[in-house]
Amino acid sequence: MTPYFNAVATTLYSIFEGMAVTTSYLFRRPSTIQYPNKLEKPLEEQLSDRYRGILQVDTSVCIGCRICEKTCPIDCIAINLEKNKETKERFLTRFDIDISKCMFCGLCSENCSTCAIYHTKFFNGATQNVDELVVRFVDSPIVLYKHRKDSDPKTREKDLSGVIVKQKMVKQRMKKQKTAKQEMPVNKISKHKIKEEIL
Amino acid sequence: MKENANLLFVFLFKTPIEGSGYSLAWYILFVFIIAGALLFFAANFAGITSFIERRIAARIQTRVGPNVVGPQGILQWVADGIKLLLKEDLIPDRADQFLFRVAPYFVFSGLFAAFVALPFGYGIVAADLNVGVYYIFAITSLVVVGIIMGGWSSNSKWALFGALRSAAQIISYEIPTALSLIPVIMLTGSLSTQDIIKAQGGLPWDWFVFHSPFTFVCFVVFFISALAEGNRIPFDLPEAESELVSGYNTEYSGFRFLVFPMAEWANLWVIAAMVSLTYLGGWQVPFVSIETLSGSLVLIFLSVAVFVIKTSIVVFIVMQLRWTLPRVRVDQMTQLCWTYLVPFCLVAIVGTMIWMLIFPWETRVALLLRLMMFGIGFAFCFFYVRRIRFNYFNDKTAYENLKKKSPWYPIWRLP
Ligand code: SF4
Ligand code: SF4
Ligand code: SF4
Repeated sequence: MTPYFNAVATTLYSIFEGMAVTTSYLFRRPSTIQYPNKLEKPLEEQLSDRYRGILQVDTSVCIGCRICEKTCPIDCIAINLEKNKETKERFLTRFDIDISKCMFCGLCSENCSTCAIYHTKFFNGATQNVDELVVRFVDSPIVLYKHRKDSDPKTREKDLSGVIVKQKMVKQRMKKQKTAKQEMPVNKISKHKIKEEIL
Repeated sequence: MKENANLLFVFLFKTPIEGSGYSLAWYILFVFIIAGALLFFAANFAGITSFIERRIAARIQTRVGPNVVGPQGILQWVADGIKLLLKEDLIPDRADQFLFRVAPYFVFSGLFAAFVALPFGYGIVAADLNVGVYYIFAITSLVVVGIIMGGWSSNSKWALFGALRSAAQIISYEIPTALSLIPVIMLTGSLSTQDIIKAQGGLPWDWFVFHSPFTFVCFVVFFISALAEGNRIPFDLPEAESELVSGYNTEYSGFRFLVFPMAEWANLWVIAAMVSLTYLGGWQVPFVSIETLSGSLVLIFLSVAVFVIKTSIVVFIVMQLRWTLPRVRVDQMTQLCWTYLVPFCLVAIVGTMIWMLIFPWETRVALLLRLMMFGIGFAFCFFYVRRIRFNYFNDKTAYENLKKKSPWYPIWRLP
């Protein structure tokens, strides 16, 4: 008989305690961050400095070693280098990162000897067109950086809000929109063809 | 209600109804008006409760809940309703077409018909049936018929399991539900919902809960079995989403699906109103006798307010239970019913009988005992608040060290 009444007592008491716990939660702060509408401060300020967002390249300190290109497990990075035969100067002529492929593993930035490539806190880069996510950091050839004894580029202030990459993406989108009108019919035909193939 | 219809007629057309030739048409129209008003109430209550429940659930889980549609998301339920109405009304290929189509109507009419006998305030009840409580039990059983029809005709194993569980559950829990109301009926000497309320008083120690320890036990049993009848957690076995997808309504979509959750939330009102009218004094206003209550319109509105507040508190507790307790197993469900609730109820009925003989309601001793019972109940509530405080302060310092801000964010502060 005792276990029977004990069971009743424990059941009722544990329900009582459980209710007290859940009621106390009605008086506690919700832990939701209400992105993007009601933020106490911009989300980029709330993220830690080591947040791995969209990559950015500071081409002025890139030494053109191509380590990042080689370490990337999924070949997101494409680098072209050129040499002026007479002056023996080397240029960076292409530095593209395909953000749509990138998995933000951080291997590239970890291995860069000058921290030229690094993660920003910029993360909301959604677009309607995947091609726009290939960010081209070099518009015209840039002379490569050379190591100097007196300064270490690793200690410089990094632009973590991702100003450069944002600008590049906006510029590329504008360019796309200008050329889009001419490309339209071509796109339509190809889409049509794909549909037919599937059917 | 007939008097009210007559009064309204005289008020509107300034002629007595007996003289005019429209009495039958007026009565029929009046019935439709009342039905429309009840339907309006049930549908809106279901919708708004679904929103409020989600918000409360969210706060219990330190989330925010729906807050995008309308200010603070208050129109979320309208959006949900419209979304479901726009969906395709799909009937599975091998389903029993006819049964599948009619099942939602059974569920809905079973629940909606219960509203007819539920009071909202002094004299405000669609039909003051002299078998009110009995009628509500009988008519809500129609819901199970709908659930079984829906589950069977869907031709899906999840739905069938849900329906079978529902059948087992209702067959078990009809008994403690009915038994646990016998003390109330004994104390009142009537089955009418209005009479039950009139037999109680406005002050807590005149409620039936605090009549004796036995009625208190019956109150707890009634509350538990009402939850089970309404398929609320911890007894939501018929639609256990982690086991049965969505139980008996798995195959439904569109408007037909909408009926099921809507009926469930409307049922919340039925459960809570039944609890508050049988054991918590219904619409009785403290310090106001029934004679003075019937004379004044303001007091009648006050009685409606009292009833709605009491019912809302019960609704809140039912909601909170849902987000506190896990679901019981099927065997636990039946075991709880047959080995705990029913025997407790039977003992409590006999106990109440003896108590009524020894301490008749009007005597001084009975009042003293009721006051003592109320004191115990009050101490219980006080202890509950202390436990809530304890739980809050238990985690306070850890939270402050971690987040560098105060965790104090009460429910009325909207995020
Ligand atoms: S973060 Fe990883 S995936 Fe992305 S570019 Fe760098 S190495 Fe490649
Ligand atoms: S970004 Fe860094 S790792 Fe990549 S090529 Fe330039 S210096 Fe080398
Ligand atoms: S279910 Fe929705 S709200 Fe929950 S974690 Fe996933 S995405 Fe977030």
